[in-house]
Amino acid sequence: MRVYLDNSATTAVLPEVIEAMLPCFNEVYGNAQSVHGFGQRAKAMVERARREVASLVNAAPGEIVFVGGGTEADNLAIRGIAAAYGARHIVTTKIEHPAVLATCQALEEAGAKVTYLPVQADGIVNLDDVRAAITDETVLISVMYANNETGAIQPIEAIAAIVRERRERGQKHLHLHTDAVQSVGKIPVDVKRLGVDLLSLSAHKIHGPKGVGALCIKKGVHLTKQMTGGHHERDRRAGTENVAGIVGLGRAAELARLHLGERAARMRELRDYFEQQVIARIAQVRVNGDRERRVPNVSNLSFAGVDGESLLIALDLQGIAVSTGSACASGSLEPSHVLTAMGLTREQVRGSLRVSLSALTSREEIDVALAALEETVARLREMRPDEEAAGIQSSLSRSQ
Amino acid sequence: MYTPQVAEHIANPRNVGELENPSGTGDVTNQVCMDRIRLTVRVEGDRLSEARVKASGCPPTIAAASVLTELIVGRALNELDAMTKQDVANALGRLPAAKQHCASLAIEALRAALTDARRCRPGV
Repeated sequence: MRVYLDNSATTAVLPEVIEAMLPCFNEVYGNAQSVHGFGQRAKAMVERARREVASLVNAAPGEIVFVGGGTEADNLAIRGIAAAYGARHIVTTKIEHPAVLATCQALEEAGAKVTYLPVQADGIVNLDDVRAAITDETVLISVMYANNETGAIQPIEAIAAIVRERRERGQKHLHLHTDAVQSVGKIPVDVKRLGVDLLSLSAHKIHGPKGVGALCIKKGVHLTKQMTGGHHERDRRAGTENVAGIVGLGRAAELARLHLGERAARMRELRDYFEQQVIARIAQVRVNGDRERRVPNVSNLSFAGVDGESLLIALDLQGIAVSTGSACASGSLEPSHVLTAMGLTREQVRGSLRVSLSALTSREEIDVALAALEETVARLREMRPDEEAAGIQSSLSRSQ
Repeated sequence: MYTPQVAEHIANPRNVGELENPSGTGDVTNQVCMDRIRLTVRVEGDRLSEARVKASGCPPTIAAASVLTELIVGRALNELDAMTKQDVANALGRLPAAKQHCASLAIEALRAALTDARRCRPGV
């Protein structure tokens, strides 16, 4: 039995989504910009999808800009604001996805000032740090809604309140962006309640196709488009619309909205069962991050005395897909920047494993994974040399 | 990412454990990534007759430790002296460039175990 527990990386496309997309390839194949019937039928499908995506996050359809995925949405938000208001100062966190981190670093190299906020041991950013980081020069705060490694939910509403205060005191150019790629479809996401100006989302994390996403841009927020060409997407993203992908995103968004409650409850129950069983059956395990304030489908664990990548490979050989924050290259560890920012020790990061569920995950899959995990951790620990044996005969080396 | 040979050794590591009263022990740690291999060997005459290994770290380190035991048992000590990390890497099919140090660690464990054995039995 193959078990897929890496749904934070990507998800399977639902049959309903595939069915919705199929006509776009050979029936409704017009260019959505064309005036003729072929084009207008494609445009109608794009606009229906726009309404569905808007509805999922409680935005107006005109606030949704379709892009090529979460990374492009983050790039458009950050670079778009920086270009429109001057890349003076940006506030972000140390635990962002590389789509945000690397984009901020690129702007930094081009002369912008960037503040990377730390997080607490629970993986959540401290509001006092946010307040302290904002200067009169700050044009953008970009904080992810839920972290992709731990699932930790960041206090976006409270950050929005801080942003509002600054705006009321005259800092009109201060904007708030959130990368909601890992929270959409897992918890209710409402741009109005959150109070954000910009929100990124991606289709393939919610059982839609890869290569399509959206940036929700609050009405009245101006940014400089990053893809030049035609005047697509209300002149905010040039390029012929990926009609099939957009339709797939729309259908996935519709299903996510209709089934959010039951999916979330089901994932939470299975995730909590998984964690409770792991803790009961395997010694020396810790759950990384806040156990309450997190999305319902992620569990990030550290197994003492085990290398995460070895665990991952051993599980993969048994048909079980998970993820790890441990990575070793050229003899130097390049551990998860998220777990490191949370203050985990090197060993804890090394032994980390992320298990992420989807709406399709079954109890049977969890049970198969639990049995394999228990056996594999025991085997790897059995193979580990005793700590106390090290002194008996040791030739410590620095090898390459 | 990894060859079937690496995967196979991860799934079924060979000769795991520790010999009682070994002729020699090689316990080496990569001080950068802290991967560790502990090899115990028995030497009879001029041959290595038995080996057990324990290892911790990334997949190629475990695979290298495991395959090493297959490569060395029954071989003459002077042949083992000539073994290189390439022999270990070859036995695993191929190792990614960034993981060559895992094969080095296995060879260092072997060298340390042989040195230890000779210290106890000068002239071997």
